Order: sequence, then structure tokens, then C-alpha cells
Amino acid sequence: MTDVTARRRRNPFSGLSFGAILLEARAFLALVVIFAIFSFLAPTAFPTLSNIVVMCQQVSVYAILSVGMLVVILDGGIDLSVGSTLGLAGMVAGLCMQGIPIGGVVLYPAVWVVVIIAVATGALVGLVNGLLVARLKVAPFVATLGMLYVVRGLAELSTNGLTVNNLDGKPELGNTGFDWLGFNSLLGIPIGVWVLVVVGIAASLLLNRSVYGRWLYASGGNQRAAELSGVPVRKVKVRAYVISGVCAAIAGVILTSELTSAGPTQGTSYELTAIAAVEIGGASLMGGRGTVRGTLLGAFVIGFLAAGLTIVGVSAYVQTVFTGAVIVLAVLLNGIQYRRRRAATTASKNPPPPTSSAGTGSTSRVPVTAEEPTA
Amino acid sequence: MVAEHTMREHKSGTPVLSAREIVKTYGATRALKSVNFDVHAGTVTTLFGENGAGKSTLMKILSGVEQPTSGSILLDDRQVEFADTNDARAHGISIIHQELSLASNLSVRDNMFMGRELYNAVGRVDYKKEEQLCRTVLSDLAEDIDPATPLSELRLGQQQLVEIARALLADSRILIMDEPTSALSAAEVEVLFRVIDDLTSRGVSIVYISHHLEEALQVTDYAVVLRDGAITATALAEDIDLEWIVRHMVGENFDLGTPPTGYEFGDVALSIEDLSVEDPKDPARLLVDHLSLDVREGEIVCLYGLMGAGRTELLEAVAGRTPTVSGDVRLNESDVSKLSLRERLAVGLGLVPEDRQRDGLVQTMTVGQNLSLASLGEFVRGLFISRPAERAHVDEAIKDVRVKTSGGGAMIGSLSGGNQQKVVIGKIVSTAPKVLLLDEPSRGIDIGAKSEVFRLIAERAKSGLAVVYSTSEVGECLSIAHRIIVLRRGRIVAEFPPTASKEEIMASSGEAVVA
Repeated sequence: MTDVTARRRRNPFSGLSFGAILLEARAFLALVVIFAIFSFLAPTAFPTLSNIVVMCQQVSVYAILSVGMLVVILDGGIDLSVGSTLGLAGMVAGLCMQGIPIGGVVLYPAVWVVVIIAVATGALVGLVNGLLVARLKVAPFVATLGMLYVVRGLAELSTNGLTVNNLDGKPELGNTGFDWLGFNSLLGIPIGVWVLVVVGIAASLLLNRSVYGRWLYASGGNQRAAELSGVPVRKVKVRAYVISGVCAAIAGVILTSELTSAGPTQGTSYELTAIAAVEIGGASLMGGRGTVRGTLLGAFVIGFLAAGLTIVGVSAYVQTVFTGAVIVLAVLLNGIQYRRRRAATTASKNPPPPTSSAGTGSTSRVPVTAEEPTA
Repeated sequence: MVAEHTMREHKSGTPVLSAREIVKTYGATRALKSVNFDVHAGTVTTLFGENGAGKSTLMKILSGVEQPTSGSILLDDRQVEFADTNDARAHGISIIHQELSLASNLSVRDNMFMGRELYNAVGRVDYKKEEQLCRTVLSDLAEDIDPATPLSELRLGQQQLVEIARALLADSRILIMDEPTSALSAAEVEVLFRVIDDLTSRGVSIVYISHHLEEALQVTDYAVVLRDGAITATALAEDIDLEWIVRHMVGENFDLGTPPTGYEFGDVALSIEDLSVEDPKDPARLLVDHLSLDVREGEIVCLYGLMGAGRTELLEAVAGRTPTVSGDVRLNESDVSKLSLRERLAVGLGLVPEDRQRDGLVQTMTVGQNLSLASLGEFVRGLFISRPAERAHVDEAIKDVRVKTSGGGAMIGSLSGGNQQKVVIGKIVSTAPKVLLLDEPSRGIDIGAKSEVFRLIAERAKSGLAVVYSTSEVGECLSIAHRIIVLRRGRIVAEFPPTASKEEIMASSGEAVVA
């Protein structure tokens, strides 16, 4: 009995119905459908190489943010502060380009130093989030909601709400080239997209191949069991938020470069888009489940949908409605998948054996939280 | 064996509830194969069977949680079909789960009428009437519980009685109790049994499921044994004994093993000195009270005691999970008292926790990922985990602890309880511990798996591992342990050799001796 079911699990598509395949690959299929529909509606504007490149560039900012969010969500947390962190990192980069006055001298750091300072700012915000959550036991939602305000406030304070416009640098100061990130291409592909590729590969390796990744999935899946297995769960948590902060800062630097200006309100409400992408990508908000691949697909679904709707001339208001509907649909599908799993499992309400208490085949996992409300 | 017809004459005769030729299939698996099951008015019927025998499935069908694939349910000789649990409850059948379905933030009264609130003429909740009914039902159960008490202030045993009272309030004639005593103290069990007696004398029928065979045998009128989805035996409780039940449950004689012999114990591996643990809810009380214990290499020590005797608290404190207020723990002569759980695991002190689901396994991961979780460091090559190294280890561990699975890639949830337990043990054993602590390693697993788990532990001890395991079933003390330590209120009250009798051990723990 276990043999059959286990084999099925390892090869998720064998012996499953067409419907199940649709569910498994839904983010990918959604992307294909969106692409097909807009290619049909706007055959001259949507499926062109230049438009695809532009769309990918737009998506890359959200996608990098989403990868960081995924790491936190895998741990069973949430990071609402990423939009603000993105804004602050952009401001830090912008101000550094204007020079750092230290004791009467104004330092003009090179662009790569500016990027490092901005990313370090993101890491610092993540560290504060992580310490609040892991050490001081503040609920992730509340801790990062607080940081959303604090960080946004700091970004606004830094210029009293003004936008930093001149990011060109001066050749004689040796700090030119900030626009490289936002405007240049390598092999016809924008730098922002390359950064996304690097972030995506790095995150994939981290999650699938490193000890940290395994610890993260274990902590998110069952923190108590992970702790008893010697997993340093608090350290894992702190690092998850640091990773999220770093991703947000990278996205902030890219966005600032693309816009050639650093505005303190940049990235407002981006955290919600990032959460949506992770969710469309099939991750569980309860933690322990989700993939980089899914999350990236989720980000592209949202991005291509928005771009496509703009191209066919749908108003921004209607776009918002569409995006919301897609998110709800994705979560609904998650629910269906979850119920199918449960139906296939004899998920018992009694704690001892969660499955097969009746000797039945179980196709897959019983979520730790699978508690059925009893009347 | 007892003939069918004697059963019929016992007590009130005709069955109230009958399941006829119930078949339940999940995919290709047949969980129930044409089961006939009767519940007689005013009697207790206990369903015995190992995990996976089909007990839960049958109970779910009787209580409307699931629908049978084929077969029928007769209530008072009329065929009925239950769409869901509410439907079954309307027909007078209630199920009381091990996990109580009460809201701890509400009062006893509000819990009893949850979802069935009484309204007065103007459409507001009639609290007075509710309270009055509540008192009547509770006093029928001879329980002195004020309806206004918040549920959270009641002991678990009392909460369970509230759940029973709630079922009675809904005019339930048939109560299905799934492992009702698993979390109760001996005194609370007595109260529950008294209530069951009282209920049956009023004509309520009880269907009872329990892993505590002795206990169940005490309370039941009928014994029904399920094995592999079919009923293998039915009998009157007075005509049978434990042996009979076990024989029909497993289909063969079982043996939990004997203490491994043929070698000398080594040096003292684990030394606990003057260890105390506070009750977090009441710092004046010590859950472990200045306790000292030495365990040698190769020795197996069994900790026996009732609920609240301090077994779990002792083991968790030794493993470094909970803080202590006094005392030292030494591992091979070196003091580990200052180390964290993680550090103690690294130096060779491993704990297999009591609650497999809550503390032992990561349900979202595979068998292999669970097995390697505690020893990941060994497979790291450069920056990453080496998949071949990990797979080789996992394959070996699966063989080593005899997990029945298709391979490391199977989801952990696809395994039976016993195999899941073996995975938890395998995970800790993978860290090559010198001392292995196991908190109720046999909890919630069937007898076949129990004896395998014990054999596994005994083998390890033979190669020099010091083992401390705890149990709340006296039969499990007299298996592989070289020494049986009885705990009571956080202290060691007695120590026995493996030749001791069950009665001796139970008497020293403060438990009433079961005849």
C-alpha cells in the first residue's frame, strides 16, 4: 500500500488525472493562457520581442522581491516591510550618489560601493525584523507591519519627502554608471533580468541544495520537530528575514536605476504583490511548502497580466479588479489541491497516525495544520 | 471462543444500531471488507484492533464523517444514511474524539449549547434556561461543575465530561468514544468509567476504542476485534482475557522482547544528579524533584509512572529542552548541563519525543528528509548537501530501522504510525548518540510495531548505547529493560529487576492494582 502511493508521490504526474496535472502546473498554464489571450487580442503589440523584454524587465523587480518573500513564507512567517525596504534602499543609493558628508569632507563612493551600502541597508532592516520575530517573539505580521511604517518613515525623513533626481554622478568623481543597472543590456537582455536570473539560481541552490534550505523547510513545516532535531530554528528565522531584506534592497536599487530617480514612496504596497506572487506560485502561508520556480511563475503571471491589460487598453481600475480575481482564483485552486490531497489521504482527526489509520492509501502529505473543525 | 447466540441473550438483546456488510474502499485499498457490527442498547461495545485495522474508518462511517462504499446502517431496524456528523447526531449518534471539540475560551454552558443555542420569545439566547438544563445534565453525571466556569479552568477529565454532557444534551443514545482515557489520570479514568456505567444503566450505548487493552476490558460488555478491515472475533467481555484479544488482534502470539544479554555493561554513560524541574504554572511545585540516576553503556532503563509523575519532564530536562532549577547532567563524565539541546545532541545525547506528530516529524517533508534532518552536517560537501551521500545514508537508515516504505522519496504521511515512529528513532540514531532517551516510544502504535521498536532499541543497547525509555503501560516495562524505575511526583519511588511482577510495579506507582 505504501509502495504504490509513495511511488506516485515521487513521480507526481504518473497515474494522476488530467485535472491533477492542471492543478500541479497551474501557474505555468496560467502564464501560457495569459500569453495566448493577449497575443490574440493585440497581435502586433503584445507578442513582440521588444515588448517581452520590457515586460520581463518590469517583472524582475517584483520577482526579486517575491523570492525574498518566499524564503520568509517558507519559514512560516511573512514580511510586510519589503515595499518600504525597497524604498529606503533606493533612497540610500540616491543619497550616496549625492555624496556622503563626513566631517566637512564629502565622499563620493563608486557605484559598486553605493550598491553594497544600499543592500546592507536592506540586510539591516531584515535583521531587525528577524530579531523582533525570533528573539522577542513578536508575531511576524505585527513586527513587519511595524517595520513597514518605520522604514517608510525613515525613507521619507531622509529627504523630507523629496525625490532625489540626479543619479548620473560625475566622471571627475568616478561615480558614474548607476544607470547601467536599469538601462543596459547584456546579450539583448536587460541587466535587471540578469540580476533576477542570478537571484533565482542562487535562491534555488540555497533552498534545494544547502543545509540552510533544508533547515528552512523543516522549521516551516514543523518548528518543534526541527528544534528537537538540532535545527537552530531561531538563527534560521533571522537569516530568512535578512535574505528578504537583501532581496528587497536589490529590487530597490534596480528600480531606482530604471527610474533614474530615488523617491521615498517607491515600492509602496509592493509587499502585497510579492505575497500574491508567492501564493499564486503554490506556496503555503503556513510554511514549509513552496518553490522558487513557482514563485517566479507567480510573479510573471501578475506582471504579464498587468502589462497585457495595459496594452489592450483596459483601465488601471479594471486591472486592479483582474489582478485581485487572479489572486483569489489561485488561492481557491490551492484549496482544491489541498482538499484533493486530504480526500486521498485518510486524514484522521486523531493525532496518532495521521494517515492510513484505516489502512488506506494516502497519496500525499497531511498538512500539519489539517485540523478539521468538529461541530 | 464464544458462540454468537450467548451474546444476543446478554443484557437487553436486540441491537439498536447495526452495520450490515459495510465495505469502504479508498482507491484500490479496501479499508473495510464487509463488516457486520452491532451495538446493543445500554451496553459498552469495545472495538479492538491495531492501527490500520479499520477501527477509525468504521467509527467514521457510524458517526457520519464518511459514507460507506456499500452496505447499510440500521438504526432500530430502519435503514438510515448519514450525510454528515450533524445528521448522525440528529439520529442520536455522537462521537467524542480524542481531541475534544470544545472552545476553551467559552464557559461550560456556552460550550454545551454551542451551535444549538436556546432562544426565548424575542429571539435572544435564553441563558437561564440553558444554565438550568446544563446543571441538570451535569448533576445527572454526578459532576459538580458550575455552568459558568470557563472551560479552560477545568481539568482535562472534566472537559471530557462536558463533551459527554453535551452529547447527552443532544439526546444521544449512542456515544462513540475514541481513546477517551489516553490523556486522563487514573482517578479521572475511574470517574469516566463510573459515568459510563451510569449512562449504560440509563440505556445509552457506548462504542469504545482504546489502545489500553486492560482498561477497556474492565469497562466493556462486548469485545469486537478487527483485523485488516474484517471482524475476526466477537465475544462477551466476561468470557475473555487480554491474551484472547491480543491473539485475535495480531493473529499470532506477540512478545515485546526480553532484556538483551550476553555482554557486560560499560562505564556510566549518563549521570543525572539532584535534578529538579519547576512546574511553569506553579513555581512552588517541582515536577522533577531532586532526582539522581546513573545509566551505564549498554543498559536499558525503563521509566514507569502515571500521568504527571514527571517522566516527560525528566527526559526533556536531561535532553536540554526545558530548563532545570538544580542539578547536573553528565555525559561520559563531562558536564553537559550548560549545553543547549542542539549542543547536547551533537555530543551524543538524543531525545525521541513523546508526540510523534507534534514534535517528531516534519509532515511536509519526505521520509528521507526526515531521516537525515538531525545529521545533515555529515553529507555536506563544500557548500551543498551531497545528494548521493545523503541518499546512501537514508537507504541504510531505512534498512537499519526497518521502515516499510518504497524509499526515501515517499512522503512521511504515507507511512503507518509505527513506521513513522521508526523514522523518528532512525533520525536520532543517525546522529550516533551515546545515550538515547525515548519518551513513550510505543505510544499510539500497534503491537507488531511496538515489538519491532523494542527489538531495535535492544539491538542498539547491545552495541553499547545507553537507553532510557518511558512508558505508561506496565506491560512494556517488562520487556527489554534491565532496570525498571518507578516515578511518582517527580521522585524515584522504586526500582525493579526485569523479574518483577506487573502488580508490584503498579502498586509502587500509586496505581490501583487491576485484578
